[in-house]
Amino acid sequence: MTSSIPKRLLAGFAATAVGVTMTACGGGDSAGGGDFDGSIKVGILHSLSGTMAISETTLKEVEEMAIKEINDSGGVTIDDKSYKITYVSEDGASDWPTFAEKSQKLIDADKVAVVFGGWTSASRKAMLPVYEAKDHFLFYPIQYEGQECSKNIFYTGAVPNQQAEPAVDWLFDNFAEKYGKKVYLVGSDYVYPRTANTIIKEQVKSLGGVTVGEDYIPLGNTEVAPIIAKIKKEFPDGGIIINTLNGDSNVALFKQFKAAGITPEKYPIMSFSIAEEEIRQIGPEFVGGTYAAWNYFMSLGTPASNTFNEAFIEMYGDDRVTNDPMESAYNMVYLWKAAVEKAGTYEDLDAVRDAMIGIKMDAPQGPIEMYPNHHISQTVRIGEAKDDGQFEILWDSKTPVAPITWNQYVPETKGYACDWTLDRPDAGKYKM
Amino acid sequence: MDLIFSQLLDGLSIGAVLLLAATGLAIVFGLMGVINLAHGEFMMIGAYVTFVVQNIFRPLGGFAFESYYIIALIASFLVTAIFGVVLEKTLIRRLYGRPLETLLATWGISLILIQFVRSVSLAMVIGIAVTALLGWALQKFLPLPLKQASFASYLKGVLWTVAGIVGLIVISTTASIGRFFSNPWFGPRNLDVTPPKWLQGTWGSIAGIELPGIRIFIIILSALLIAAVVWFLTKSVWGVRIRAVTQNREMSNCLGIPTDSVDSITFGIGSGLAGVAGCAITLLGSVGPNLGGSYIVSCFMVIVLGGVGNLLGTIIASMMLGIIQSIIGSGSLLIAFPDMPNSLRSVVEFFATTSMSYVLVFIFIIAFLQFKPTGMFPQKGRSVEA
Repeated sequence: MTSSIPKRLLAGFAATAVGVTMTACGGGDSAGGGDFDGSIKVGILHSLSGTMAISETTLKEVEEMAIKEINDSGGVTIDDKSYKITYVSEDGASDWPTFAEKSQKLIDADKVAVVFGGWTSASRKAMLPVYEAKDHFLFYPIQYEGQECSKNIFYTGAVPNQQAEPAVDWLFDNFAEKYGKKVYLVGSDYVYPRTANTIIKEQVKSLGGVTVGEDYIPLGNTEVAPIIAKIKKEFPDGGIIINTLNGDSNVALFKQFKAAGITPEKYPIMSFSIAEEEIRQIGPEFVGGTYAAWNYFMSLGTPASNTFNEAFIEMYGDDRVTNDPMESAYNMVYLWKAAVEKAGTYEDLDAVRDAMIGIKMDAPQGPIEMYPNHHISQTVRIGEAKDDGQFEILWDSKTPVAPITWNQYVPETKGYACDWTLDRPDAGKYKM
Repeated sequence: MDLIFSQLLDGLSIGAVLLLAATGLAIVFGLMGVINLAHGEFMMIGAYVTFVVQNIFRPLGGFAFESYYIIALIASFLVTAIFGVVLEKTLIRRLYGRPLETLLATWGISLILIQFVRSVSLAMVIGIAVTALLGWALQKFLPLPLKQASFASYLKGVLWTVAGIVGLIVISTTASIGRFFSNPWFGPRNLDVTPPKWLQGTWGSIAGIELPGIRIFIIILSALLIAAVVWFLTKSVWGVRIRAVTQNREMSNCLGIPTDSVDSITFGIGSGLAGVAGCAITLLGSVGPNLGGSYIVSCFMVIVLGGVGNLLGTIIASMMLGIIQSIIGSGSLLIAFPDMPNSLRSVVEFFATTSMSYVLVFIFIIAFLQFKPTGMFPQKGRSVEA
């Protein structure tokens, strides 16, 4: 009897191993075909398993959609020849070293022309040395804390001066009269909220305000009673709260805020990580009336945004929503295509990167342009969460805001800039 | 005075959540010595049951919807208890007395359960049912000579593999019929559970301090649950049997106590309590596949601190941890002692965030266990060593 257990275990392991190999072989696309003169292989690298899979799979879907749209309309045209885009998709597994490993694999084994990938800042920081060492080419689609400018990375998400800073200005413009220039900062305990809050604190100081409290919750933690006690102590009659929490903690925060009587009527709350999908998960009855700052909202209503929303819904089902990170991910595929066509090559990465700067595009959010610091100009918008799970746009910046990578509020980076068109060794961070 | 009272209330409510989550584990780990790493996932099942009950009652509206939560509490207890009993009878039972294997097996179960709620669809349920039926039938109708052959255990393995492959084929064919079959029921995303109106908002105030309805409700619920568990263990027939088996399994067996059934019932009750905890947590936090992971560590912390297998220890430990967290984390020491020296003040300020208060709690537990390695109230029986 006892001897049969190891055997069964072995059988079990064998069965699992078979299962794992079967699932691991999926994905990818066969090259060539149709009326194309050739094909260009690109890489997609997002977490398809683990905690980040919920968010990152939507980026993979929208990138696949952009590739399909480009192929359906004739592919990439270089010297009157048309190329079909094929892609290799890899799973970063919500594990940052895996992102670096898979990047290496995509570059060396698959010989891709470009990689679209990442979500968390931690995954980008893990991938950066790989792309710099191999002098390769990465597109990163998420709003992030800035303070980085790599020759080998193009960033299509917002930096703080395109999201957090205008949001703080807006809060003070609208609520400073009633509550004073005082803010309370709540965030998850990792690099993005901590860096973003450093910037916000400096900005608040320079606007003549005070940061009365700052608190961080470990990722995934759901106990916010001490924070509520502190907020009520600092703001007995209401005040401005800025929320940079990520993931599950948001649900706990908004549910317990409501129970404790911290309502949007008395406490204006601005969130930087709550988009349409998160409203659905937290429940509109808890987030309704709070504010969010993004560059794209599904409810934007312009013809370009409607086309984007309809295309996505047609491809993935009418119960789905689009959001800002998805729009960024969609844009970066088109930006790369435009740069390749302008450069007339997809193999000479230096030429493609040079051609990328100055590319303009009519994105779903409106006109965008790639700047010499490898970030794009974005229109900033502030929305209020509504009961139907969408945002009502209350304010926008009218014109696209140019990206500032090295933050000008933070003393350490004040006066520095990044410009990759300059021919100097410190083009990534030079003193202006 | 106001401050102390409100911090105490906060601490009590944090402690009550810990207590709710840890009671079931205290029974399973304390009385049976089973390290159940899937405890958090039982809580998750309880939360998902609450979600399902809510969705059944939502269209009814009015009073029926307002009272759904009570039914959800009962349903989540029953469903997770049945889950627990099935698990005990099929797996845990074979691993008694082997804590390391139990630990690994229950961890595996927790992973399976997480993935199950992520991807369960009608097609998958049909496939699993086909596999189970086919596997059972193949074993049942195997010719007798084959059953007694020397390679019987290999044959059984092969037959189950065949059943599994047939199940996989059934899943993929039914899933290709249409969305009705292939659509996941819950998916990997977090779900939205809304507490009924009477639980939202505040329930009046005492001395200027607002009483959040949810918090008060959870404190009352955990008190009632503890009272019920104590009554069950000390006054009911099965409770007495459970305690007898805990103290001396062989002797109880000799005296005619059905130890097999006692094990099943104990594990079932422990799991059921986890389900109730999961139902209560839907009021406070998110409902998603990863819900369990964030509570399991705190549960073990409470049990180790309180002393394995002792309910009183569990209660005191969870309340203590809750109060430490709330008083340190909210920085009320700074207000209570406004004229402390500057050097001390900066230390207190440093720890007055949620993240750092956890660090402090861990330091406290490590220090405490140096002096009392078996917790506050060490178990006198033998079940833990066995």
